[in-house]
Amino acid sequence: MSVELRGLRKNYGRAAALDDVSLTIRDGEFLALLGPSGSGKTTLLRTLAGLEFADSGEVIINGRPMHGVPARERGIGFVFQHYALFRHMTVARNVAFGLEVLPRGRRPAASAIRSRVQDLLDLMEIGNLGGRYPEQISGGQRQRVALARALAIEPRVLLLDEPFGALDAKVRKSLRVWLRQLHDRMGLTSIFVTHDQAEAMEMADRIAVLRGGRIVQVDAPETLYAEPVDSFVHEFMGESEKLQCSVIDGLAVIDGLPDAAFATDCPKGPAIALIRPHEVEVLPGPGPVRVESVHVNGPMRRLRLMLAGQVLEVLKPEDAWLPVAGETCNVDLARARIYPVERAAR
Amino acid sequence: MSEAFSQGLPVATRERPATRLVLTLFTVVLLVLFLLLPLAVVFTEALSHGLGKIRDSLTDPEAITSIELTLLVAAISVPLNSVCGVAAAWCIGRFQFPGRSLLITLIELPFSVSPVISGLVWVLLFGANGWFGPMLDRAGLRIIFAVPGLVLATVLVTFPFVARTLIPLMQEQGASEEEAAITLGAGLWQMFWRVTLPNIRWGLLYGVLLCNARAMGEFGAVAVVSGHIRGQTMTMPLQVEALFNDYDWVGAFTIAGLLSLLALVTLAVKAALEYRIGERSGALL
Repeated sequence: MSVELRGLRKNYGRAAALDDVSLTIRDGEFLALLGPSGSGKTTLLRTLAGLEFADSGEVIINGRPMHGVPARERGIGFVFQHYALFRHMTVARNVAFGLEVLPRGRRPAASAIRSRVQDLLDLMEIGNLGGRYPEQISGGQRQRVALARALAIEPRVLLLDEPFGALDAKVRKSLRVWLRQLHDRMGLTSIFVTHDQAEAMEMADRIAVLRGGRIVQVDAPETLYAEPVDSFVHEFMGESEKLQCSVIDGLAVIDGLPDAAFATDCPKGPAIALIRPHEVEVLPGPGPVRVESVHVNGPMRRLRLMLAGQVLEVLKPEDAWLPVAGETCNVDLARARIYPVERAAR
Repeated sequence: MSEAFSQGLPVATRERPATRLVLTLFTVVLLVLFLLLPLAVVFTEALSHGLGKIRDSLTDPEAITSIELTLLVAAISVPLNSVCGVAAAWCIGRFQFPGRSLLITLIELPFSVSPVISGLVWVLLFGANGWFGPMLDRAGLRIIFAVPGLVLATVLVTFPFVARTLIPLMQEQGASEEEAAITLGAGLWQMFWRVTLPNIRWGLLYGVLLCNARAMGEFGAVAVVSGHIRGQTMTMPLQVEALFNDYDWVGAFTIAGLLSLLALVTLAVKAALEYRIGERSGALL
């Protein structure tokens, strides 16, 4: 099922939670909504589910406008951040809930419900937990119960709000892979919210980066990492080193380093150059760059360089040429991306 | 160092044995003096002239009326306050709306206002010289010095109990389970019966018990609207006072004993509930 958002806006008092959000999610796609807290990603997800309502704009699911369609009739599976399992029901009854509340005509027989529930629990690899209560199982198991419960109603779209937020790193990692496989196998259209860029990059087909209620960029993970549209996305998608520079006549010059100039279409004036630590080329000196320190960082070496009063951290493989602390060297910043200086952050 | 640290917490509570003994004795003496002794007096006085006298007191038509009236008033006001209390707690626990904190204050008002005033407002509204008094008189309706007045006064005094117990509970539980029910296709009633109510059931029962205890024992507010018409508008607490003023010691203490028994049963049920809730890792209160 495709999902389309058109010009969604929502204000809480004077603050905009959603600011003209338009986005199309293709049938079968796994999309991540990525952004810092307060960027509007959860509001967007809840608006899709019909738990909140936009002030204006449209949600269209499979060609059908959702305006006036209540949450209970949208057929959307929603996995809540802390799972929201019914604490007074067993795991099996939790999963059966969506079937048991169906109107009499459409409700399967009790025995059919029971076998459906067991099938789902088996699919989630927790077939033996049906008789337990939510407080008697682990966080990862609760996550699977929440998924089974959401999938029981055969949703057209699956929405997940920070699905791994409450889990420890190890469980999180194995569940990521498992959830992605489940999505592919069941042919779902899934949208999940996260503030963890590594998680988004590992799982999603495309990532929509949100900031202040706006979608800043929607792209495949590799594009997003390689070609961020602005400094916010650049810094959010991975470790970024920042150098002050100025743009004059289509050329960006690093402050205090007049020899390093790059062509840019950035407007004239102060700007910043962003570069990932592994993208910096370090060349033998003597040169204008002083090596402050060299540290071991797993199979990499982390260099702390000073150039014209600005600090630059660099990651190099241990078998690359490496300077020693105290000597001078040259750097090649050709892979840096130049962005205009942002006006005071909102 | 590590030993001192591991024992660090209990140190503050490890008083000398003598101090502990004195404190315990003091508490026990207070308990006996102010709680057990009065309760014992009630029952011994009631029994002082034998069981026959007690039977006579209990079969007295006035006594029977007072018992019936007390049960009737409780039977109306407790369910009413339970329904209203759940509705109010749900609104306050789930939604942000203008006037929300005002509503909380209003719900708590009966706790801070003297019960006499809670009775008096109804007299001022519906009494013979009250705002609506003449109108009701013409329609032939009687509220003050009649059963409706007793109910109104009791409802007002006991309103906060259920709502006040449930508001923090519902706020703490949050709305996500209800939202989950909705996204799974449940209607509003299905959500309420299957998710909301089961989650608050122990808290609700606790509130209802407190509400019931107060509804049956209320004196001040009821005294103002009752008019003390014997055999007609006397609830049990009022009957106790009337019998006492008549020097009918056995009668007064018999009714008082019955009221105390009702209170003790309520207390026992409450204690059993707390035990049960405590066993479930204090999840609900």
